[in-house]
Amino acid sequence: MTVTAAARPARAARRTPYLLILPGLLWLAVFFAVPVVQLGATSLYDPNGSLTDGYAMTWSFGNYATALAAYWPQFLRSLLYAGLATAICLALGYPLAFVIAQRAGRWRNLLLILVVAPFFTSFLVRTLAWKAILADTGWLAGLLRDLHLLAPDGRLLATPFAVVMGLVYNFLPFMVLPLYASLQRLDGRLLEAAADLYASPLRTFRHVTLPLSMPGVVAGTLLTFIPAVGDYINAALLGTVRTSMIGNVIDSAFLVRLDYPQAAALSFLLMAAILVLVTVYVRRAGTDELL
Amino acid sequence: MRGSRVVAGLVLAYLLLPVAVVVGLSFNAPSNRLSYDFDRFTLANWADPCGPAGLCASVLRSAQIGLLATVLATVLGTLLAFGLTRHRFRGRGPLNALVFLPMATPEVVLGSSLLALFTAGAVPLGFWTVVIAHVMFCVSFVVVVVKARLAGMDPRLEEAAADLYASPWHTFRTVTLPLAMPGIVAGALLAFSLSFDDFIVSNFNAGTMTTFPMFVWGSAQRGIPPQVNVVGTAMFAVAVLAVVITTFRRRAR
Repeated sequence: MTVTAAARPARAARRTPYLLILPGLLWLAVFFAVPVVQLGATSLYDPNGSLTDGYAMTWSFGNYATALAAYWPQFLRSLLYAGLATAICLALGYPLAFVIAQRAGRWRNLLLILVVAPFFTSFLVRTLAWKAILADTGWLAGLLRDLHLLAPDGRLLATPFAVVMGLVYNFLPFMVLPLYASLQRLDGRLLEAAADLYASPLRTFRHVTLPLSMPGVVAGTLLTFIPAVGDYINAALLGTVRTSMIGNVIDSAFLVRLDYPQAAALSFLLMAAILVLVTVYVRRAGTDELL
Repeated sequence: MRGSRVVAGLVLAYLLLPVAVVVGLSFNAPSNRLSYDFDRFTLANWADPCGPAGLCASVLRSAQIGLLATVLATVLGTLLAFGLTRHRFRGRGPLNALVFLPMATPEVVLGSSLLALFTAGAVPLGFWTVVIAHVMFCVSFVVVVVKARLAGMDPRLEEAAADLYASPWHTFRTVTLPLAMPGIVAGALLAFSLSFDDFIVSNFNAGTMTTFPMFVWGSAQRGIPPQVNVVGTAMFAVAVLAVVITTFRRRAR
């Protein structure tokens, strides 16, 4: 069959989208999808194998039970710390995003730059700066001791407080930016209308501002919670073994203990836990269209 | 509303405090290797930023990886964004999910799953495995940023070009691409900063090679050379300068 001249461009046009997506699709398939499947397979390997001798596929679902039995405290702690950090980020980030979006006037861009300014320097260097600020011999601990807010032998560093504070600090901009994006679209006249109708500031917030900024709240909490729950840099630099999170366990299982099946099982559990939590949360918040 | 302004000011101070500490510590002569306290003012760290063995090599390596990963991720991500916004085709839904998922996956999982793949395939870990890993997690962010830009573009501009007998390629070169450019540049900048700053994924896939964040991590156990804060401060200064220049150039136009 011959192809007519008119049909040729039509066929080429039909091919265009596939040519555009093919390179990126291949990259994500080979280096994201395949590895995740491989990780799932690894989590079911015979736990008695080793890296040097190789692992046998034995469909050992028991790996999950052993991993959970051994590391459920770190798992729970990760969810707790990340949840707490997300809640604090929301409480701190909302007023900041609101002021920038609705009240900053010509200072808006400068304030936005200040919000992302911490990103201009390295994540690890910033976290180490907190180590200096919270140090036992630092000015902050000294000040709090003088004010009797901290016991004479009390510590800031190497406590759950330090880890959660570090998480809040490192992921706060991820909360502020989406909140800003949705509060900036909020029509200021709606707030004036509510005030004209004698709504108290609290009622205005509950019935006007908050419902209209829900997409920002959902996006911000997800962007904060997901990286926070898997993070182990804050727990490692600002905490102790007693504040270890699941990321610390996965890291050492893969890189120190070289127990690949157990490490893979923990990774897979973490991923599954996040997917379930995120789906339930997005459904409850009624913002399905975000996903 | 006064209250929210006070909270906003305090939150900004909280965000900026560690940056001030990094700048301060870059001028510090610590009393001993493991001390984080400010002891004595000195310019010695700035005079000899490459003093600690391996520091400058790691910064250079991070920059090389960042540039390579940015170029690749920007090309792949921009093509994907055009395909996803401009065309309707079978499998668009699943593809959107595939692009979204890496962003919803914690870095430990991304890093460890790639390590499991590389180990299973006996791929030697090093520079290129880190580049591959960085491109993988940067692509999704580029797609999101470029898609947002394309979605806000007025389709009538391209229709006008076509009406004026511009060929599709000519329209793309002179109308579509310039309009999409701010999104592509923003995506590229985001990709570079994600790659340059990445520790977790790199740490899994670097083997014995060291990037700048890995150097900082390693030295955190042994005592951090104050020059690390010099690099941190210099990065901050370069970024601030870039922002100031772009803002002024936009004003001047």
